[in-house]
Amino acid sequence: MPLIKNGAEIEDVWTFVDKTDVPATGCVTLPLARFLASMDEVLARNTQIGVRLEPADDPHDLEPYLDRLALIEVSFPKYTDGRGYSQAQLLRRRLGYTGELRAVGHVLTDQILYMNRSGFDAYSTTRATLPNILKALKEYSAFYQPAADGNRSVFARRHEKA
Amino acid sequence: MYRYDQFDAQIVKERVDQFRGQVARRLSGDILEDEFKPLRLQNGVYLQLHAYMLRVAIPYGQLDSRKMRKLALIARDYDRGYGHMTTRQNIQYNWVALKDIPDVLEHLAEVEMHAIQTSGNCIRNTTSDHFAGATKDEIMDPRPWCEIIRQWSTFHPEFAFLPRKFKIAVTAAEHDRAAIRVHDIGLHMRERDGEVGFEVHVGGGQGRTPHIAAKVADFVPEAELLDYLEAIMRVYNRFGRRDNKYKARIKILVSETGETEFTRLVEEEYAAQRETEKIALPQAEIDRIHAYFAPPAFADKSATSEAFERAKAADPKFANWSEVNLHPHKVPGYTSVTISLKPIAGLAGDATDAQMMVMAHLAETYGFDDIRVTHAQNVVLPHIALDDLYTVYRELDAAGLATANESHITDMIVCPGLDYCNLANARSIPVGQEIQKVFADPAYERDIGKLHINISGCINACGHHHVGHIGILGVDRKGEEFYQISLGGRADEKAAIGDIMGKALASDEVPGAVKTIVDTYRDLRTNPDEKFIDTLERVGHDPFKEAVYNAAD
Repeated sequence: MPLIKNGAEIEDVWTFVDKTDVPATGCVTLPLARFLASMDEVLARNTQIGVRLEPADDPHDLEPYLDRLALIEVSFPKYTDGRGYSQAQLLRRRLGYTGELRAVGHVLTDQILYMNRSGFDAYSTTRATLPNILKALKEYSAFYQPAADGNRSVFARRHEKA
Repeated sequence: MYRYDQFDAQIVKERVDQFRGQVARRLSGDILEDEFKPLRLQNGVYLQLHAYMLRVAIPYGQLDSRKMRKLALIARDYDRGYGHMTTRQNIQYNWVALKDIPDVLEHLAEVEMHAIQTSGNCIRNTTSDHFAGATKDEIMDPRPWCEIIRQWSTFHPEFAFLPRKFKIAVTAAEHDRAAIRVHDIGLHMRERDGEVGFEVHVGGGQGRTPHIAAKVADFVPEAELLDYLEAIMRVYNRFGRRDNKYKARIKILVSETGETEFTRLVEEEYAAQRETEKIALPQAEIDRIHAYFAPPAFADKSATSEAFERAKAADPKFANWSEVNLHPHKVPGYTSVTISLKPIAGLAGDATDAQMMVMAHLAETYGFDDIRVTHAQNVVLPHIALDDLYTVYRELDAAGLATANESHITDMIVCPGLDYCNLANARSIPVGQEIQKVFADPAYERDIGKLHINISGCINACGHHHVGHIGILGVDRKGEEFYQISLGGRADEKAAIGDIMGKALASDEVPGAVKTIVDTYRDLRTNPDEKFIDTLERVGHDPFKEAVYNAAD
């Protein structure tokens, strides 16, 4: 599946392992429950490790391990399920996660800007093309609220000295 | 009234460009209706029975003449010559072609208006007291905070795909005209030791499971309001039900979680916010927005007007209208005028383009250029000098806008119903019109006094039937329309959900049943000043049920 990160389409070196055996080598992401259950084992591996959150998962469960995770995938089974935006904001702004935060699943062009603002920096999608994503990210030049993308809020910008 | 600065204007312009692109992609078949739906919905575009409907935001119901004239132009050039005022203080156009909607949005942007978040599962238009800034009984003007909430909630990246739609209302008056207790969040402005803050109610709502909101905070200081709202929104976004559309509103989360536990979750989320997560609204920004709502330059006038008294003595119809449709103003010599959009046998909430032009002219000439849309689907000119009232009245009368029924029995809230809406089970408009005809005699209506009838054509309750003193709900029984009548609902500070009286009635039985209820009240009231809702509270519902159902047997 195409992976978009930092404005370019890149090769995806990660494998999501749901129920099958974890391969001996390579970068893998695990479901949250599986990660928590087999943590000692997977963190002892020589390869990078990632976790995939489903909408009902609590990102606080990852708090002790964030500096050892290279990737957190947030799953959007349906674009209408907006829980992933709160998970992303919590990971970035409250828990201070700085690794890759990837939106996976039903990721559409017109949701990308909201995702970017909520702290995502990578998008795994067949539903949006790179040119459309790049365009969508530039459709707005000002935002009222502060968010995880680091933009200054309009509320604040209005009172900055030129 | 608030004016856009470069940022507001830029954001709205960018929205128009974005939606133009989205419509082009849809019309070319590049995206399918299924994927277009969330895009059009967040722009207030609904696919209705006959056409697309466009809902335009009127933040907290406030307009000026420039905006109203633009709404008239859109009605004339893109619709069939009218617009429909909604219970969210918005305006809807029922006959706009999809290909024209980007142009309509561009027209709106020219007058600092938009259709952003007027539908979809996001934070909708913030509503308020339609007499805000004018009424005697408010402790301050709630509009600046409505505007701040509007800006904060616009394109909020975290809360664009909530479990369900989300509605916020704000009042600063003891008598609640904004129905805050039947909103997802209702804010009541309070003052404590010279500090301004908000009493916060959460989880009110109508629809198929009506709830009165729970009070989750007595006093949130104004500087913390947005952060507190973020905490509520995040709890809802994370934990609100998404498995069933009809259980997805925050009222269900509050009732299933329990008020105490829900409040604890909000407090916990709020306490966990780090400094870097705070909105950090600068005081200078709060002051900047407040400055737009400074009172107009009222003249020094005496509390009474000779011209007004003379006109009343000479014109009994005017005297009657001015007894019914005026609201006390905080400044002597001024009044707030309700322009009823509920003429007998008319379409509740509809105004023609010509009528909109008249209202714009009157506001500009006599009313400090201020116009409000009310959640009861009427229009208000909040600041009219008593000296000018007769002139204003005559122009309204000439335009068919001088119906004297504000808050009376023929001033009903009526949803579009099966005539327009593809969710409806039954028609609302004709039933409302038939009831109006029963009470068309002004003397009879005046004798009845204040009484709210609300009519919905389906369980979604867009006509607010749960909170009507008399509520009427259309239901479908094997292809035939029936109507359930409820009693005792109210949307004000004593908010309550009405009780269903008994079995549903056929449409032709409804006007008679309403008349029976009303005449029973007239027999039972202690004196003509005792309102219907007060008599009902005093004597209970039984006498009314007996009168309706015994008479029907």
